[in-house]
Amino acid sequence: MLTAVPISWYLTLSAVLFALGVAGFLFRRNVITVFMSIELMLNAVNLSFVTFSYHNKTNDGHLFTFFVMVVAAAEAAVGLAIILTVFKNKGTLNIDEVDSMKN
Amino acid sequence: MQLWLIPILPLAGFLINGIFGRRFPKSLVNVVAVGSVVLSFLWVVKTLLALGSLQEPHLEHYFTWIQSGTAGDPGFLQVNCDFMVDRLTAVFLLVVTGVGSLIHIYATGYMAHEGGYYRFFAYLNLFMFFMLVLVLGASFLLLFVGWEGVGLCSYLLIGFYFDKKFATDAGNKAFIVNRIGDFGFALAMFLIFRNFHSLEFVKALPQAATATEGTLAVIGLLLMVGACGKSAQIPLYVWLPDAMAGPTPVSALIHAATMVTAGVYMTARSNVIYHHAPGAAGVIAIIGIATAFMAATIGMAQNDIKKVFAYSTVSQLGYMFVGIGSGAYGAGVWHVVTHAFFKALLFLGAGSVIHALEGEQDMRHMGGLRKKIPITFWTMCCAWVAIAGIPPFSGFYSKDAILAAAYEHSPAIYWIGVITAGITAFYVSRAMFLTFFGEPRGHHHPHESPPVMWIPLAILGILSLTGGFLFNVPEYLKEIFPPIHEVENPTLVYISVAAGVLGIAIAYLMYMVKPGMADSIAGALKAPYQLIYNKYFVDELYDATIVKPVVAGSRVVLWKGVDAGLIDGTVNGVGARSRDVGSILRLLQSGNIRSYAAWVLAGGVALILVMGFTGGLR
Amino acid sequence: MDVILFLVFALIAVACAINVVVQTHPISSAISLVGVMGSLAILYLLLGAEFIAAAQVIVYAGAIMVLFVFVIMLLNAGAESRKGRSYTVQLIGVPLLIAFLGLLAFFVQGMSGRETVVFGGFQKGSPRDIGQALFTTYLLPFEVTSLLILIAIVGAIVLARKEID
Repeated sequence: MLTAVPISWYLTLSAVLFALGVAGFLFRRNVITVFMSIELMLNAVNLSFVTFSYHNKTNDGHLFTFFVMVVAAAEAAVGLAIILTVFKNKGTLNIDEVDSMKN
Repeated sequence: MQLWLIPILPLAGFLINGIFGRRFPKSLVNVVAVGSVVLSFLWVVKTLLALGSLQEPHLEHYFTWIQSGTAGDPGFLQVNCDFMVDRLTAVFLLVVTGVGSLIHIYATGYMAHEGGYYRFFAYLNLFMFFMLVLVLGASFLLLFVGWEGVGLCSYLLIGFYFDKKFATDAGNKAFIVNRIGDFGFALAMFLIFRNFHSLEFVKALPQAATATEGTLAVIGLLLMVGACGKSAQIPLYVWLPDAMAGPTPVSALIHAATMVTAGVYMTARSNVIYHHAPGAAGVIAIIGIATAFMAATIGMAQNDIKKVFAYSTVSQLGYMFVGIGSGAYGAGVWHVVTHAFFKALLFLGAGSVIHALEGEQDMRHMGGLRKKIPITFWTMCCAWVAIAGIPPFSGFYSKDAILAAAYEHSPAIYWIGVITAGITAFYVSRAMFLTFFGEPRGHHHPHESPPVMWIPLAILGILSLTGGFLFNVPEYLKEIFPPIHEVENPTLVYISVAAGVLGIAIAYLMYMVKPGMADSIAGALKAPYQLIYNKYFVDELYDATIVKPVVAGSRVVLWKGVDAGLIDGTVNGVGARSRDVGSILRLLQSGNIRSYAAWVLAGGVALILVMGFTGGLR
Repeated sequence: MDVILFLVFALIAVACAINVVVQTHPISSAISLVGVMGSLAILYLLLGAEFIAAAQVIVYAGAIMVLFVFVIMLLNAGAESRKGRSYTVQLIGVPLLIAFLGLLAFFVQGMSGRETVVFGGFQKGSPRDIGQALFTTYLLPFEVTSLLILIAIVGAIVLARKEID
């Protein structure tokens, strides 16, 4: 029986969470759900950073994670404001209908 | 000695008249144009007097024009802008500037009522510049510069009446046919450089004895190709009759006295080459006599007075080349000098006739002008007896010197030359009888030309009569040319003079005693008459065999096939294919965010694959 | 003990993540995402990142997700509609995703060897250490991110306010 968790398990978990985030981004049509998938991806990456920080015995990874969080916060604020504006103009939360950049 | 002044004065005339002439009054244009040439002539006289006997050539170095490679290399080429004066140059300088001045003076009267006055004199001065460079140049390359330049001026002046298509066509024809000759000249220069490592006369020509006869023959023949183009010999003579589309002073200066003699000058300058390659010299003699005979026969049947004299020029040039080819270089040059006198006189006189009749050139509508324009008549008589070879006038001396040398070289050429002399006398007499004698056939009120036109005629008349015994050119040039076997054979002289007199007599019979005889003979010998009247259909032959295939080939193959099809097709094709690729790539931009994300994911997977399998991920 | 904790909370995280993707109503996805973040905080603690764990709960779960919930409430977003399709995604989305995950897992196995994570094995994750690094080595990014937040605030206000007619 295992007495301790190998590091690769943490990394695999991070990969799985990231893949789920990508899946959410690709297959969901509600723009808010898409945004939440992005947050999920960011979290997966944070886990990966902290894991590698443990592996390298330094806290630089922690600081990276800190900055990622700060930027995610700013991005969430602005992004949601943009979603509000788009909703006001287009009246829909379905990203397939926001295609005015079509060729 | 300031030799450079000789060509620079006419060049200055060209620049002044060319740039400012439009605003000058005619008198000022005259002063600039005529003055520059007359000053050039005076400077020539002064220079030649100062140089004395010219036992050695006098060289003046101005600057180094081309220097390629380092000295000592086999391919080293240095061409200097040098002028050289030896006895041959002296003869040509005097003829070009002297006769040129007379013609310039005449032209001020002839062109007085024409448009583009300043342009005409600018071109004429430019021509003088190039011709003098040609004659003074101390190397083949500098000669070639002048050669090309006079070709250019010939084109400009033939097409002077640029609103007439036949004039511009004639200008094109002259230039294009000349280019063919120039190609031969260029090839000859390449061979000269390759064998003698220099293009300068004083360096290259003395080495002529070192090369093989075959090489020299090829060089000589290629030089002759150039001369055929410029001096209108078979097969490149076809431009000269058409060149009569230009104003008459142009015909006199360029196509009688100076430019067409450039070929004779060039072959005379290269006499050493021909001396060591007698086969090539023989070919030249044959070309010369064939041209002389053929042109004389064509001249017999022409009705335009200028065309008669044009074919006469081609024929007399043939005589000059007979002299060159027979080794009698001095005699050939002598004929250049006398021909300049009497042929320029004939052309200027014809111009005077045309001017008097206000544009009529067809001899069938002339007649009885003897009393109406007497000065023109008497001066042209001087030229008449000169060209017919009547002693002791100028033409007799030079023509007989040539025929004597031809007899030494090949009796057959001598006999054909004699017959041609007879035909020459015939057609000139015919022209004189038709123009000046008999009853007037046209509806004109002829008036005599102004003094500015008949004074040059008079001077040329005196020269035509006396030039033969006054200027013994072969004597003067004896030192320069290889010695020839001089023979005094009076019988030959009598025969050729008799041929001349016979020609005059036959013409007298056919046109004065029995005026209808010419037409009845023409009717009886219909086919030969049509043949010579239509110039042996040579122009038509060239048109069918050379001109039309080349033009058709250019149009179909090169224009439609290569240019429009291949090049335009490729360029347009690139544009069209780019558009096609773009319209395919455009489909990626669907506006759908999720598909963009899918493509990003695809890129990410590819990146992981690449990095993983090239060792980026440990 | 570490193993059990890891397995439990890893499974919770994955289950909540699947729920985020699968649920039709956005609010259910938001709650599930909060669950993911909480599990991740525990995992950070296991890895010795105390400060990051606290920050995760406070900032992510406590601020960002609250923002999300507010916006969902504001927009009155309902269950998702079925309109619109993308051929690209349908064709290549699933295979790519499987390839992606497979490749990542494959390469991850090759990294890091036999090392294991032991609770208490990493001592430099305390606030004191983080703070020291933050205000010495990473001072410039720190100041720049404060500027970034200011810009984000201004942008969000400008974009989302009502027009004054």
